[in-house]
Order: sequence, then C-alpha cells, then structure tokens
Amino acid sequence: MMWFSLLVLIPLVAIVVTASEGGWSGFADALTNEQTAAAIRLTVGMAFLVTAVNVVMGTTIAWVLVRDRFPGQRFLEVLIDIPFALPTIVAGLVLLSLYGPDSPLPVDIANKRSAVFVAFLFVTLPFIVRTVQPVLEELERDVEEAAMSLGASRFTTFRRITLPSIIPAIAAGAALAFARAVSEYGSLVLLSGNLPMKTEVTSVRILSSIENDNLVGAAAVATILLGISLLVIVTFDLLQRRLVRRG
Amino acid sequence: MSIEISNVGKRFGDFVALDDVTVSIPAGSLTALLGPSGGGKSTLLRIIAGLEHADSGRVEIEGVDATSLPPQKRDVGFVFQHYAAFKHLSVFRNVAFGLEIRKRPKDEIKARVDELLELVHLDQFGDRLPAQLSGGQRQRMALARALAVEPKVLLLDEPFGALDAKVRKELRDWLRRLHDEVHVTTVFVTHDQEEALEVADEIVVINEGRVEQIGTPDALYDEPESDFVMSFLGPVTTLRGQLIRPHDIELRTTEAPAARAGTVSRLVRVGFEVRVDVVSADEVTTVSLTRAEARSLGLEEGTAVWLEVAPGAQVRTPGATAPGSGTPTTAGSR
Repeated sequence: MMWFSLLVLIPLVAIVVTASEGGWSGFADALTNEQTAAAIRLTVGMAFLVTAVNVVMGTTIAWVLVRDRFPGQRFLEVLIDIPFALPTIVAGLVLLSLYGPDSPLPVDIANKRSAVFVAFLFVTLPFIVRTVQPVLEELERDVEEAAMSLGASRFTTFRRITLPSIIPAIAAGAALAFARAVSEYGSLVLLSGNLPMKTEVTSVRILSSIENDNLVGAAAVATILLGISLLVIVTFDLLQRRLVRRG
Repeated sequence: MSIEISNVGKRFGDFVALDDVTVSIPAGSLTALLGPSGGGKSTLLRIIAGLEHADSGRVEIEGVDATSLPPQKRDVGFVFQHYAAFKHLSVFRNVAFGLEIRKRPKDEIKARVDELLELVHLDQFGDRLPAQLSGGQRQRMALARALAVEPKVLLLDEPFGALDAKVRKELRDWLRRLHDEVHVTTVFVTHDQEEALEVADEIVVINEGRVEQIGTPDALYDEPESDFVMSFLGPVTTLRGQLIRPHDIELRTTEAPAARAGTVSRLVRVGFEVRVDVVSADEVTTVSLTRAEARSLGLEEGTAVWLEVAPGAQVRTPGATAPGSGTPTTAGSR
C-alpha cells in the first residue's frame, strides 16, 4: 500500500492540489479556452477511435498468433513488442521519415490529424494483443468442441463461448491502450506539427502551459484528463461485466 | 445396429492411432471402449463425434453415413473428461445451451432443463456458476447438457477420470441407473477395467490402434482371446507356465498328488484380500485368498504349500490365439 501510495497516489494528489489552487475558475478557464478544449476533444476522440480499431485488430492478431501456425510466426511475436521497446521519440522519428514530407512512400500525413491517429495506433498496438493472447492460450479447446457438438456453428461458438471468456482481457487491454493514447507525446510530436486547434494534443498543450509558467492551468487540464481516463476505465470494466454475464 | 464403424484408420504424423478398426455398437446399449492410455480409444470416440476426421473408413450413425458430417450435424451428445463447462454461464444456461441454439421456445426450454436438472440431482443448483460446483456435480451438469438436445448417441470420454475414487464409484452406479432410465445408445471410454466390467453391457478392448476383442464383460473375463485381454481385464499369474487368475488357484498345506509344491515367499494383505506369493521350481505364482482362508490355513512366510487349478477355472497357454480351454490340464487328476 505504501509502495502504491509513493508511486501513484501522492503524485496524483499533487496534481489535483495544484489544479485546485486556481479554484473552480481555473478549471472553467481551462475548459473554456478554445485551444485547450480542441486539444482535449482531439485527444479523447482519437484515443477512442484507436481503441476501437485495436479491439478488432488486436483480438484478431492474438487469435492468429495462438490458433494458426505459419512460417515467420516467431518473428511476428517479437515484432508486436517493438512499440513497447522503442523509445517513443524514436518511434516519432520513424513515423516522420515514413509518413512525413520526405517519405519514400507516396503518403504525407505530416501536420494532419491522421498523423495523431497513426502515432496512437503504433504505440497502442501491443496492449490488446498481449492481454488477450495468454487468455486465449489457456482456453480449453474442449469447451468449444462441446458447443459445436451441441449444434453451435463456428461463429456462434465464438460469439457465445469464446468471446465471453476473452472479453475481460479485451477490456483490460482496451483500457490500457486508451490510457496510453491519451498520454502519448513523443511519437506524435514530430509528425503532427502541433498545430493549435488542429493537431495539437493535450499532452503538448500541457507542456506549453508549463513552459509559459501556467502551472495551475497545466494541472487543471491534467486533472480533467485524469477524470476522463478514470471514467473510461471504469466504463470499460462495467461494460465487460455486463457482456460476460449476458453470455 | 446404431453405430457402425467400418475399417476406420487414423494417423497423427507417424503415429498410427487407429488401424483398420471395425466395430458395431447396438442401439440402446451401454458400451465401453477399454484400453490403455494412448491405445486409440479416445480417438475412436472423437471420430464418432466428428471432432476428429478418419483418414480412411466409414462411420454410420443410425443408418446415416456420418463420415464427413461436421459435429453439429451428427446429433451426438459428448461429455469430456474435464467437464468442458461454459464457465461464464449458470448451470441452467449451460444445460439450456443446445436448446437455445435450436431456437426452442423459452417455456419449452425451461421445462426441459428443469426436468434434466432433476434427473441429474442438480435442481437446487440452476443459478450457480460451474465454478461453484464440485467435480462430480460439474460432470452431472455436463451430462444433462449433452442429454438436453436428445441426441441419438451419447459419448463419454473418460467421464470419471478426473474425479476421486469415491465419487467415481458413485457416478458409475448412477450412470448405469441413468442409462436404464433414458436408454440412449451410450459409448464411454475408460482405461479402468473395473469400471468397464461393472457398468457396460458390452466392452470393446482397444490396444495399439486395434480392436483386441469385443464381448460382454463375462465373456471377456472368462474367455479372453489374447494374453493382452486376459491381463488387462484382471490380475493374472502363471502356474506351470500357464496363465491363470490368482483367485482360480487352490492352495493347500497338505500334499496332493498332482499339485505343484512350493514355499510361501510373501504375504500381502489388501483389505479383505490376502495375496500370497508362492515360489516353486521355476516360477513365482501369486494366489489370492480371503483373509479368513489365509488365517485358517495358518500361512506365514516359509510355509510349504501345494497349488492346483480350481475346478472349472480358465487357463491360457501364453501366445495362444483362441480362448483358454474350459478343462484345465490338472482337472483330470482330482
């Protein structure tokens, strides 16, 4: 508990305390500031979108890794973790050289909103794969066989038997991916261009507040972000419980 | 005949799991597939269920060629060794699963599930999750789930293998009684000869991918067609180089003309039974006696004893391909 307090609780409380120094007006100012509101909208919106894509793609990749055998599988296993291992600013450089103005590919998403999307997608890829994979491996095949011998098609078996078993893992991975996306900085800061009202995300906004000596404003934005993340994580958990119970 | 398996073969890589297996399983019977682990009996059961496909041969269920039918279309109920419970669904919903798939009306499902839960003595447990049940209860739930869809055939793969000895025995009796009530053609896999002898109407002995012998428990026990069947179905010892069951030997402490002389080398008491190892000229023979018999003979290590084949007992010449003769060699001298 003390470990947990030192690492998590005290810093969190510090942020909220700093934010409250500005009183309610501090929050109101932060929220009514057009530029801040736009940054929050962009960050949260993109985080949701990326999480949704990950739920589908991450689950599919985990499924393929567990159930299929193909050449190069080990290589792919390692590849999945690259976004974890790479320092985010290096990821940002990679993305910039791949999708930036000097890209060898015919794509240039620099300074566009899609840059934020791509950067989020890159750094959050491993979360759902890595949470779902072990659960899928533990799943007994005879449970699926039982469903099939009772007349359930492959799809029905997946939807009614397999999916409910992995939904908690998907939800946990989704919460992680969402939280990671909301807080992402390094990988997108180069490619997105940080254009106010367009591609500026919340973490960039907080940094510029701090650079402008507006510590209270930065803490207020951080607190709002914290609230949103908490709400989303709790919602995912509730949703997961409901889905599992319904079967 | 309800299940007709003809010339079925199955390989896993280099390993031959089943080699040209032909078996007929009569409708309404309770049949055991008995054999050692890895002998192919589970593979055969899974092929009947469609969970595994045979490389060659044909499977017919109630006159319908099922060789290439998927498991969903075979109309079989399958019970797995490790229950295969749907962990996120209540006991009631587990049993209802097959009926929900078939889109039966809600009240019909409820009536049927309630009836089945009563049949397997789980009527108090409908709202529980499988994790809240004991192993024996979970297996009864799995059985009710398989019976819910009124399958043509009920298949059980080592159904009591994961349970402890006492529950095993209870469930075994209970399965026999249930089968007498429900009368669905049932095939179960076991490596436990006692289980097969006690429960089954007919036993198919499978070893190394081949059918060794098919018959009633009595026929297999009394007239084994191979050394393997004889030794797999019960204890076996040798007397004068012949295979014989330890309880088919008469032991006396006084000399008899045609009897084999020997010395007691070891006495082991297992509950009501006493196993006596007797060393004679060139062999060690194990004789099983009741505790009372052993006591009245006053046996101890070193006692001189004489052995002969009990009247009417079966003996086998090792390596012979026919059943043991009903007239033991020593019977004439009595």
